[in-house]
Amino acid sequence: MPNSPHANLAPHLKCPQRPLTTGSWRSMRPQVQVEKCNLCGLCDVLCPDGVIKLTAAGLTIDWDYCKGCGICATECYRQAMVMVEEVANV
Amino acid sequence: MFERKFINGNAAVAHAVRMIQPEVIAAYPITPQSTIVEKVAEFIAQGELDAEYIKVESEHSALAACFGAVSAGCRVFTATSSQGLAYMCEMLPYVSGNRMPMVMAVANRGMAAPWTIWGDHQDSVSMRDQGWIQLYVENAQEAFDTCLQAYLLSEDSAVRTPVMVCLDGFVVSHTDELVELPDLQAVQQFLPTYQPLYSIDPATPFTFSIGVAPDRYMEYKYSQQLGMDAALHLIPQISARFAAIFGREQAGLIDAYRCADAEYVLVTMGSVTGTARVVADKLRSSGLKTGVLKVRSFRPFPSKALVEVLSQVKGIGILDRNYSFGNQGALGTEVKAALAGNTAQQQIINFIAGLGGRDIKPSDLELMYQKIVQAVELDTVAQPVEFIGLRG
Amino acid sequence: MINSIKELPAEELVYGSMACAGCGGNLALRLALKVLGKNTVVVTTASCLMGVTTFYPQLAFGVTCVTSVFPGTGAVVSGVVAGLKRKGREDVNVLGFVGDGGTVDIGLQALSGAMERGEKFIWLCYDNEAYMNTGTQRSGATPYGAITSTTPGGPNEMWENRPKKDMLAIAVDHGIPYVASASIAYPDDYIKKIQKAMQAPGPAYIQVLAPCPPGWGHATSQTVAMGRLAVQTGIWPLAEHEQGEFRFTHRPVNRKPVGEYLNQQGRFAHLSPETVSAIQADVDAKWDKFNSGCGF
Repeated sequence: MPNSPHANLAPHLKCPQRPLTTGSWRSMRPQVQVEKCNLCGLCDVLCPDGVIKLTAAGLTIDWDYCKGCGICATECYRQAMVMVEEVANV
Repeated sequence: MFERKFINGNAAVAHAVRMIQPEVIAAYPITPQSTIVEKVAEFIAQGELDAEYIKVESEHSALAACFGAVSAGCRVFTATSSQGLAYMCEMLPYVSGNRMPMVMAVANRGMAAPWTIWGDHQDSVSMRDQGWIQLYVENAQEAFDTCLQAYLLSEDSAVRTPVMVCLDGFVVSHTDELVELPDLQAVQQFLPTYQPLYSIDPATPFTFSIGVAPDRYMEYKYSQQLGMDAALHLIPQISARFAAIFGREQAGLIDAYRCADAEYVLVTMGSVTGTARVVADKLRSSGLKTGVLKVRSFRPFPSKALVEVLSQVKGIGILDRNYSFGNQGALGTEVKAALAGNTAQQQIINFIAGLGGRDIKPSDLELMYQKIVQAVELDTVAQPVEFIGLRG
Repeated sequence: MINSIKELPAEELVYGSMACAGCGGNLALRLALKVLGKNTVVVTTASCLMGVTTFYPQLAFGVTCVTSVFPGTGAVVSGVVAGLKRKGREDVNVLGFVGDGGTVDIGLQALSGAMERGEKFIWLCYDNEAYMNTGTQRSGATPYGAITSTTPGGPNEMWENRPKKDMLAIAVDHGIPYVASASIAYPDDYIKKIQKAMQAPGPAYIQVLAPCPPGWGHATSQTVAMGRLAVQTGIWPLAEHEQGEFRFTHRPVNRKPVGEYLNQQGRFAHLSPETVSAIQADVDAKWDKFNSGCGF
């Protein structure tokens, strides 16, 4: 009994654990218009999922978790983000 | 070393709590439990117990607050009765399913409607399937002793299951008796400091109480049963260890009184047991081979121990201070299920008595034995479930 | 001290959640945790956000999270606070992150008890104005006129016919040190409020309006825009009540007509011009009270 693989199971687990991705939910994807972007970072702040990051190389988007909601494109006051049709999820 | 105090069952529980030293107590008043948490508050106010006392606004919150404090790695205590236990119902499987060690005193009381404040087992028995260990005591001393054992049991690494210590409302909770209180050192020797398996530590993030899909749920439930199996194994050991340290015999899972050669046995839970022993003695002196079998652990249910005692008995009465409407008393169902297929043909009657605090008199118990004897003599049971002491 | 969006740390303390695209609640949680940091315990309960962050195998929190049963969250918060105190960890932020139903309806009693007891914790109600997790049934926080799955409208006009429960006023009346309304569309304002809540000497209550694309019937891209319009129309004023003092933290200069907010959401699509006018009159009356010096 104490050797049972089921002994002392309690539904508490270390976190975070992220085996799943949500990128496949996207039907549209955001595309940065580099020439318009002034790297203000508002898209990062307002992204519900926090997938946009401001780096030395510019904006990066985590395609594993971007759901394509389009808030970044709506909220960018320089129209530096546009939503384009998702062709193949990568 | 111990002192003797003339106190009631609730005070005995409170003294046990004082020595067990839970770190967090959350409590809401309800008769007949209230004087437990009043006394515990007094101990804290007087500096005899150092604990956080959360004055919650309901029983549901009492157990929810205990759950939060156990998550933080604390030993906790709460108490309730009747409607309060029913109000906690949602939290009960949450605590047991999360494998949270905890002890709750239940001063047993009947369920409204109609309103009653007096004792029966309907409240805790109807929470039978919420994954808690349930230990029923018969007097104030056993209430004290069982609280100490309950913590050791609940916190055992193989058990990790919450425990209800059930004491009959008023008959135990409010009746003064001589109770032996050991000194703190002996209690600490018996019950070491609580070592949580899981506790909140911001440096190591955990998600407590995750959600799972059908492919994982059952294993958690099976694990709870393994915890109960471990408890079934441990309860007699803990009782033996308690007896060795404190010098007082303990019931373990069951207590068999004059059952070795008995032909007629009454199965009981709680405070009626003492009266039943007196009646059994009296009937013995008139030549009837009578015995009393007290069930102390209702969950886990000690089927094997029970069968060992009852297998050669001719007639069995099972006394329930609760009722499962549409069937029979809960203990009746359990005992019959344990015996089924394990013993020879026996005559079994399920007696329902003492609901809503109605006194179960020696004459009622004599009547029960007479009915058992009669059934054995006639080789048939006229009425398998009988209410005893109904008004005409 | 984090007082503006420019100072937010890059680290995400909730990430990879299963929330719908464009979830206002997820944004509210994400920003709050950036301010509170790793030394935080989240207590959450039956809600969208519990479902999308704590369901095996995707455990999205980067901080400890304790899930609660629906009515008990306030008490679980109290238990965690008391337990951490016993363990000498009073430095840990305890955040109750709860939806509107878990706050204003089923969780109100336990929350009231916790606020009354005065322990130090933050209650962040992400208000999406209905039971979104179970399919958009109305809650006490559903606004007048909204269609939900239990106020479906129809020929009998069975849309929500009662005003939104004023939980901010209820929180203020508990005499707690900090109460604020907030919006995900005003992140600087929101972040400052989380910061103040963190420093409050007792219970802090923040209700952040969190638009919900499927529940409100707007495009996923319009979540922040809806939050902004709620403020610009005066439907959701941004204010705080701190140590007995009420003040606006953002005051719309010229309030936009409520129709601009209502007309963009499916849940209000059925409203007649007369009803929209009635809602406008209610909002105007509310602002008359504000302008005469009344707080929440």
